[in-house]
Amino acid sequence: MSTFKWKPAAGSVVIATVVLAACAVQPPAGKSPALGAAVSANEVARWDISIPPSGAGLPAAGGGSARQGLKVYEQKCLACHGAKGVGKPADVLVGGVGSLASKAPLRTVGSYWPYATTLFDYVRRAMPLANPLSLSDDEVYAVSAYVLFLNGILGEDAQMNAQTLPQVKMPNRDGFVDMSRR
Amino acid sequence: MNRNDRTKLTSMGHPVSEAPDRIDRRTFLAHGAAVAGAAAAAGLASGANAQGLAGQPWERVYGAGFTGYGQPSRFEQPVMRHIGRPYGDLAPGSGAALAPIESLEGIITPSSLHNTRSHSGMPDIDPKQHQLLLHGLVARELTFSMDALWRYPMTTRTYFVECAGNSNRALAPQPAQVPAGAIHGNISCSEWTGVPLRMLLEEAGLQPGAKWLLAEGADSAHMSRSIPLEKALDDALIALYQNGERLRPEQGYPVRLLLPGWEGNMSVKWLRRLKATDGPTHTKDETTKYTELQPDGRAQQFTFEMGVKSVITKPSSTMKLPRTGLYEISGLAWSGAGRVRRVEVSADGGATWADAALTGEERPKSLVRFRLAWEWTGGEAVLQSRATDEKGQVQPTRKAWLAQYSSANIYHNHSIVSWAVEVDGSVKNVYV
Repeated sequence: MSTFKWKPAAGSVVIATVVLAACAVQPPAGKSPALGAAVSANEVARWDISIPPSGAGLPAAGGGSARQGLKVYEQKCLACHGAKGVGKPADVLVGGVGSLASKAPLRTVGSYWPYATTLFDYVRRAMPLANPLSLSDDEVYAVSAYVLFLNGILGEDAQMNAQTLPQVKMPNRDGFVDMSRR
Repeated sequence: MNRNDRTKLTSMGHPVSEAPDRIDRRTFLAHGAAVAGAAAAAGLASGANAQGLAGQPWERVYGAGFTGYGQPSRFEQPVMRHIGRPYGDLAPGSGAALAPIESLEGIITPSSLHNTRSHSGMPDIDPKQHQLLLHGLVARELTFSMDALWRYPMTTRTYFVECAGNSNRALAPQPAQVPAGAIHGNISCSEWTGVPLRMLLEEAGLQPGAKWLLAEGADSAHMSRSIPLEKALDDALIALYQNGERLRPEQGYPVRLLLPGWEGNMSVKWLRRLKATDGPTHTKDETTKYTELQPDGRAQQFTFEMGVKSVITKPSSTMKLPRTGLYEISGLAWSGAGRVRRVEVSADGGATWADAALTGEERPKSLVRFRLAWEWTGGEAVLQSRATDEKGQVQPTRKAWLAQYSSANIYHNHSIVSWAVEVDGSVKNVYV
């Protein structure tokens, strides 16, 4: 293009060449160049950390109970969420069941969260605050079990794993109105 | 201008006075009257002596040189965002910086003053290392490098981004006497440029069972939200540019999702992953947060669209009208449903209304500027604005809006804002 010079006699030929070259390297506006690169299933699995209510994607190996989770909680959670999840300085994790329709609703894992899978998902992806994606699968299962235990939803020795966690019925499971369907 | 420039210019024969302004000015003041008097007596043309001509100190010195990235005037340095950090030093990057809408005009928010909400601080992303993964219920699972996205055909649109928690400070028991932006500034409007999300979804090929899309950020919270596929295929943008330059880090650099008109939280910043799914994932931020508790204890979930809303920015809370006379009432209006059709203004707390003139109302899901001349005669007044959108939805009164929710709800407050003008001209935040 930079060497192109307008010459009336040969102009039409030169222009045609330029347009054809442009078409070859640049599609018309609005057409996708389709540059997405194929990715292996193994690689996708390393990225895919979201766990829906069905539990699909929960680590098949590993598990833990509240009794085991207490140690994880004391080491990695207590400084922000307080002893036994009472909160301060970070969010309260325990209590408030039955308070949602009152003048002072308390929204916690026990009183508000509709799915236990969300607890596993969020702890693994975002906690501890300063060191996310650092917990082992066993630790995430165990500390999730501990928070559920503190809320009276599980026994202290109930084992949480890929099969049992999605089966946990949270107290506020039916407390939401799906506005996307309205 | 740096010192080297100054030295060079001086040596090149363009004299630069270092700081003679005050002396020159004093000289001008001392001599001005005498020179003018003499000129008049002699019948000479005034201004024969250039020192006697009008001219501020900055007109009498050589100006500053160029900078690689411009900055506002030093006299505008008080114009800053209003920063809220609910967890304090424990999580200094968790909270919001609200746009100082009380100091801004027009429609576009300067990128440096754009509202910012982040859940786990702002990541420092190397675009060469960053990838966007598109997977799940698609025919082809794909990754996109930033260089690849840059080669796609781009779309440019003006859209507002409003945090679902904007105006939650207006739910405090007593009206806060703080500037308008500190209450209602969790909204901004930019020109966004990027690739229509639809184009990437078509490239991957959606499977028939795909109904939702999970969007996830590369921040340390990996903030994630579920989005109905209809929205993703409608006007969703994979945004790379804001107001002509690459996204700011606080706005999701190098790539963010932009869902026009919907809760800002869903326009996931630092976008690293999109997963086509058969249903919502029920992430932490779409269950335990960003849901609206009703008086009956149930909560509304997946309330995506931001309601029709407006706020007067001038005059507004903490300002003071210096004297009676003519003022222009100016403010912002918007609707997540599309275009703003009408903004009415009241100076008597909603008893009577007058239509304001609109700028930018042809743009759907953009901020719109409204203006109306108003004469303040010195009495008490309560200024309000009320927006109506193209769907016929009208901004509700505070009382009507509050009645829908539990007192604990902090999201989607789009009720009418009231500013009281007192007899001394001071403007106060009031609940009407």
